[in-house]
Amino acid sequence: MKLYDMLRFSLQTVASYRTRSLLIVLAMAIGVAAVVVLTALGEGARQYVVRQFTSIGTNLIVVLPGRAETSGGFPGAALGETPRDLTLEDARALGHLPQVRRYAPLNVGVAELAASARLREVTVLGSTADVLPIRHMDLAQGSFLSREKGMERSAQIVLGAKLAREFFPQGSAVGQRVRLGDRRFLVSGVLEPQGESMGFNSDEIVIIPIDYAQALFNTSSLFRILVETKSRGDLASAKDAISEIMKQRHDGEEDVTVITQDAVLATFDRILQALTLGVAGIAAISLAVAGILVMNVMLVAVSQRTSEIGLLKAIGAPSADVHHLFLAEALWLSLAGGVAGFLLGQLGSLLIRLAYPQLPAWPPLWASIGGVAVAFLTGVLASLLPAARAARLDPVQALSRK
Amino acid sequence: MIHLSAISRVFHMGDQDVSALTRINLEILPGDYVSIMGPSGSGKSTLLNIMGLLDRPDSGRYELDGKDVTDLSETEQARVRREKIGFVFQSFHLVPRLTAAENIELPLILEGVPPAERRSRIHEALVGFNLADRAGHRPAELSGGQRQRVAIARATILRPTALLADEPTGNLDHRIGAEVMALLEGLHHAGTTLIVVTHDRELGARAHRHIAMRDGEIVEDKT
Repeated sequence: MKLYDMLRFSLQTVASYRTRSLLIVLAMAIGVAAVVVLTALGEGARQYVVRQFTSIGTNLIVVLPGRAETSGGFPGAALGETPRDLTLEDARALGHLPQVRRYAPLNVGVAELAASARLREVTVLGSTADVLPIRHMDLAQGSFLSREKGMERSAQIVLGAKLAREFFPQGSAVGQRVRLGDRRFLVSGVLEPQGESMGFNSDEIVIIPIDYAQALFNTSSLFRILVETKSRGDLASAKDAISEIMKQRHDGEEDVTVITQDAVLATFDRILQALTLGVAGIAAISLAVAGILVMNVMLVAVSQRTSEIGLLKAIGAPSADVHHLFLAEALWLSLAGGVAGFLLGQLGSLLIRLAYPQLPAWPPLWASIGGVAVAFLTGVLASLLPAARAARLDPVQALSRK
Repeated sequence: MIHLSAISRVFHMGDQDVSALTRINLEILPGDYVSIMGPSGSGKSTLLNIMGLLDRPDSGRYELDGKDVTDLSETEQARVRREKIGFVFQSFHLVPRLTAAENIELPLILEGVPPAERRSRIHEALVGFNLADRAGHRPAELSGGQRQRVAIARATILRPTALLADEPTGNLDHRIGAEVMALLEGLHHAGTTLIVVTHDRELGARAHRHIAMRDGEIVEDKT
């Protein structure tokens, strides 16, 4: 039997058992689509996180009070409960390192903001002018904690975009006076709307000079210090230098944690990659199930078509031809299932992207190709046993069965 | 053409051995028209299956067209079946999802005949067996007589030297059965060796040589 005839004849057979074939194709397609969609989700999440990190700068070093190893939890998470405080002097010392382009000490707290008969709680960021370029934030109006001598310490406040709209709906907020806690501030600028990034919505914060923040929250310690190096190449040496300086300043104790953005990013990257592989693996199980279904259906087909197999042998088909015919049927079913699953998966990923535009849920190429290949392989492997059984049938016995 | 010497076939039924054929010696000449008759279980179908290379004897030799085919491999036997033997069955054994033309095409596909030649030979067969207007019909849409004509067309499409028919009229009424027999006898007149296994005395009597079997042995062989 020629290869072309074999493929044509088996395709004709598959097409003639419409319901049965459709069900197998569907099972295969769901398996492949699951692999494609779930990996698209995982990959989308990974890309999302990477983008978020990149958006706040990649040559960033964060200095936190406390050792991650000894404190057990995330260091510096609870304000004022750290083993040894970071101070403004620590921050200034880091600023003198040759690898450092700029740095920003940071204090975070919550206070009441009041102006034009409105009142609400806001997140207060205490820092210096350099926090803006370090966190990749922009000003929509006004100026930001002016760098002019003396001015940095005046009672200025910068409002997040949403807060500015809420408190001063009819006009420019710049130049207006507001009350934060028990102190009065002059609005010097308004932030460009940025939305949420890393769980932190810069549209609903206010930024005040670090001295005022420390006075407001009655603390002399810092929440953390953000350090930006001159280049990514400086990250490693800057990290070591920072650890060294902090150790010297803290009486030889290594009681701060220095995290590079790169390291955090790499960790997230690894976790999310593992997660993607994990969900791909789980989805692949459904392909194995589809394979078992193929085997079951093919076994039923062999017993249903026993007399046809006997006939084929009687009119001169060698066992090899019968074997190949059944294998070719599985091949068509797997191929159709794989292709249908691929398309279904692409459609699913598209729907996810439409529903969540910020999630770049593009299925990775390896998952699409892998899913189709595994479907193909599973289908063909699962049909080996039924095909062998068909080929082994004794023609006399096969013909005598109805 | 067919030369069987000391052919035996034993079936194992549980722990019992049933002898279906016992040392059968038989020679059938090219162009013969032979009927094999006998009660159920007499071994006539087993004999036909062995002659058609669907079954292997436990002992004895089988020569077909002067060549020993007893120990041929499965693939070689399949080739011999394709080239030299045509089968006609009581229950037609048509593939239900294929049309009449596609059923007739099957041996041509197995033989690897090119599509263009296939088409002309199928057309020839359809016309020859008076099935031209039934080419696109599936077996379920055909009468019993038409189905058996399709089966005979399929059996003869590769022009075999011997046609083996196992109760070819068993599922047909008397008139249609007679028509089918006339068709088979026409093929015999054209030179094909015809071997018919049947219960039907009247049918058996039409052959030129009558073989009677009982308990796995030939008890009568007359022309």
